[in-house]
Amino acid sequence: MAIWLTKESKVIVQGITGSEGSKHTKRMLAAGTNVVGGVNPRKAGTTVDFDGVSLPVFATVAEAIKETGADVSVIFVPPAFTKAAVVEAIDAEIPLAVVITEGVPVQDSAAFWALNVERGQKTRIIGPNCPGIASPGASNAGIIPADITPAGRIGLVSKSGTLTYQLMYELRDFGFSTAVGIGGDPIIGTTHIDALKAFQDDPDTDAIVMIGEIGGDAEERAAEFIKANVTKPVVGYIAGFTAPPGKTMGHAGAIISGSAGTADAKKAALEAAGVKVGKTPSETARLMREVMS
Amino acid sequence: MDLFEYQGRDLFERHGLPVLGGGVAETPQEARAIAERLGGKVVVKAQVKVGGRGKAGGVKLADGADEAEARATDILGMDIKGHTVHKVMLAETADIKEEYYFSYLLDRANRTFLCIASVAGGMEIETVAEEQPDRVAKIAIDASKGVDEAKAREIVAAAQYPAEVSEQIVDIAVKLWQAFVAEDATLVEVNPLAKVGDGRVLLLDAKITLDENAAFRHPDHEALVDQSAVDPLEQAAKAKNLNYVKLDGEVGIIGNGAGLVMSTLDVVAYAGEAHGGVKPANFLDIGGGASAQVMANGLEIVLGDPAVKSVFVNVFGGITACDAVANGIIQALALLNERGETVTKPLVVRLDGNNAEEGRAILDSANNPLVERVDTMDGAAARAAELAAAGK
Repeated sequence: MAIWLTKESKVIVQGITGSEGSKHTKRMLAAGTNVVGGVNPRKAGTTVDFDGVSLPVFATVAEAIKETGADVSVIFVPPAFTKAAVVEAIDAEIPLAVVITEGVPVQDSAAFWALNVERGQKTRIIGPNCPGIASPGASNAGIIPADITPAGRIGLVSKSGTLTYQLMYELRDFGFSTAVGIGGDPIIGTTHIDALKAFQDDPDTDAIVMIGEIGGDAEERAAEFIKANVTKPVVGYIAGFTAPPGKTMGHAGAIISGSAGTADAKKAALEAAGVKVGKTPSETARLMREVMS
Repeated sequence: MDLFEYQGRDLFERHGLPVLGGGVAETPQEARAIAERLGGKVVVKAQVKVGGRGKAGGVKLADGADEAEARATDILGMDIKGHTVHKVMLAETADIKEEYYFSYLLDRANRTFLCIASVAGGMEIETVAEEQPDRVAKIAIDASKGVDEAKAREIVAAAQYPAEVSEQIVDIAVKLWQAFVAEDATLVEVNPLAKVGDGRVLLLDAKITLDENAAFRHPDHEALVDQSAVDPLEQAAKAKNLNYVKLDGEVGIIGNGAGLVMSTLDVVAYAGEAHGGVKPANFLDIGGGASAQVMANGLEIVLGDPAVKSVFVNVFGGITACDAVANGIIQALALLNERGETVTKPLVVRLDGNNAEEGRAILDSANNPLVERVDTMDGAAARAAELAAAGK
C-alpha cells in the first residue's frame, strides 16, 4: 500500500508528445508505471512509441478516461497552457492530477483551484511546480527518479524536488511507502497537511519526513495539525535559514516577506508540536534513523 | 516584482482609477519641469521600495517650481534604510480630509485572494490590525468570481466606509480588481485611499507587486524593472537563463533544485562559523536536467564575482546526470583558461544520484589541482568554507 498512487493506478500524460512529456513518459514506463495513454487534441487518434510500448493519444482527458479507465493524469504542458490542462482534468473528474509545470502564473493556479473547490474537489491536484509522486516499487507519476530507493515504510512530503531525492537517498536502506513533492509555488493543490493526514491513515507508513522551506505559513499550519492529529513520528527539515528577506529563492513561493515566512519561525512551530527538526539534510536523515531503529 | 510608487500611480491612471497628476524625475531640472507643468504646490517624494521614507525626510512639500527643484536636489541621492534615492515623484497636493486603507492580495493559506479594507488609513495596516482589530475588515475573494459591484458593496459595508464616499469606493473596488487581474498582480495596496476637500476619493499611494511567472503575457512589464537596482552578476545570469541571487559572502554556490540550493546556503553558513564566519556568496540553481553548457555558464557567473574565494558545486542528480555536470565543470575551466581568464579559485564538488559514479570518475581522471571531490554534502560544505577562509 501507499498513498494516492498504487500499482493499480492507470496513468495518462497531458502533453505526452512534447519534449518533457515524452522524456518522462519513457522514464515512468521504465519505472514500472502503468501509463495507458496521453492527451494532445492536435494528435488525437495517433499513437506514440516508447521502446516498444505503443500508447494511444486522445483528444481530451474525458475521452482518455473513457477508453482506458485512467485515474491519474500527469501534466507536462507549458505554463501558458497549464490552466486549461488542469481545468480539463477537473472537468473530467480524474481522481489525481499531478502538475509538474514550473512557472504557472499564480492567478491561473488560483482559478483552477477555485474551480476544483466549486466542483467538490473530486480531483486531487498535486503541484504545480513539483516533481510529482512516487510509490517505490509500485508506480511513479512525475519526474522523481525511480531507482533511488526501494519500497519501505517511511512517508515523505516536501516542497522541494532535489531535497526529496537527497532524503530518499540518505534513507534508502529503509525505503519509502510514498514520496510526494507538493511543489514550491504560493498556491498548490495538495498541502503538507493533506499528505500528513494520508500518511497518518496509511497502515503501511510508520514514520513521516516533512520538508519545508521559507515563505508562507504552510509549515506552521502543518505543525498545528501534527500536534492535534498525527501520532506517527514526524521528522522535519526546513531550507532557507540564511536566505535574505525580500528575495525569491528559486521557487516562486520561497520568499520572506517582512518578518513572515522565516525558517526560524517554521522550525520553532514544528518543534513546539514535538517534531524533531534537523539542521541539515544529513542530520534529518540521522534523526529518522533513530526513529526507525 | 515590486513597483515604485510612480509606476503604480501610472498603472492606476491607465486603468481609469482616480489619482492626482504627477510625474517622475531623475534630476532637479526634470523635477522643475514637472512642477511647472503641474503648477502650484507639489509634493516631492523619494522613490524607494522601503517604508518609512517620510520619517527619513524623503517626502517634502514645495510651493512652485523653484522650491520643487530645491527639494528634489535635497532628496535625490539620499540614503533611506540602505536604499539610494535615484528618482523622485512629483505630484499635485490634495486637501486630505480623511484617510482610508484598501488592498487586494494573494492569500496563500486559503489558496485565493483577499481584500483588506479599513477606515483607518495613512498608517501601517499591521499596526491598525493590532491596536484596533475591529476597524480592519478582511474579505475573501473567490478567484473565479472576482469583484463585481455586489462584491464591492459587501467590501464597503464590511469596512464601514462612510456613506458619503461609499459609491465612489464601490467603483474603485471594482476597477482596482480589474487592474489586479489584468496586470497579474499579487498585491495592490492603496494607503491612503483619501477623501479630499472637494469630496472626491483618490488613490494617493501605490504599493504593487506583479507576478513574474506571468511575464510571458505582459511584455510591457519588462520596462518596469529598476535597472539601477539590478546587480550586474544577476543581470548576466538572467541573460543566460540562470536562477541566481547575489549574496554577501565568500563561498560561491552552484546546485540543482531551489530547495537543495537553499539548503546548501544554510549548510555552508553553519560550516563557516568554524572558519572565520565565511558565508555563501550567492544562490545559483542550475535546475533540473542541467547540461554541461548550463554548468559552464553557472561556473562562469560565480567565478566572475570578485568576492568569491572558493566554489561549492553541490549536485544531486535526479534528472540531471552527474557525468554531464562533471564534464561541464572540466569544460568550463578549460574554456575560461583559453580566454586567458585563469581560474585560481578552488572548487569543491559533491556529486550524488544519477550517474554519480561516472561523474566522479570524470573529475578524478581530469586530475585538475583546483577541483576537489568530497563525498558528503556536510563534508564538502566544511571544506569549501575552509578554503574560502584560507583565500581571504
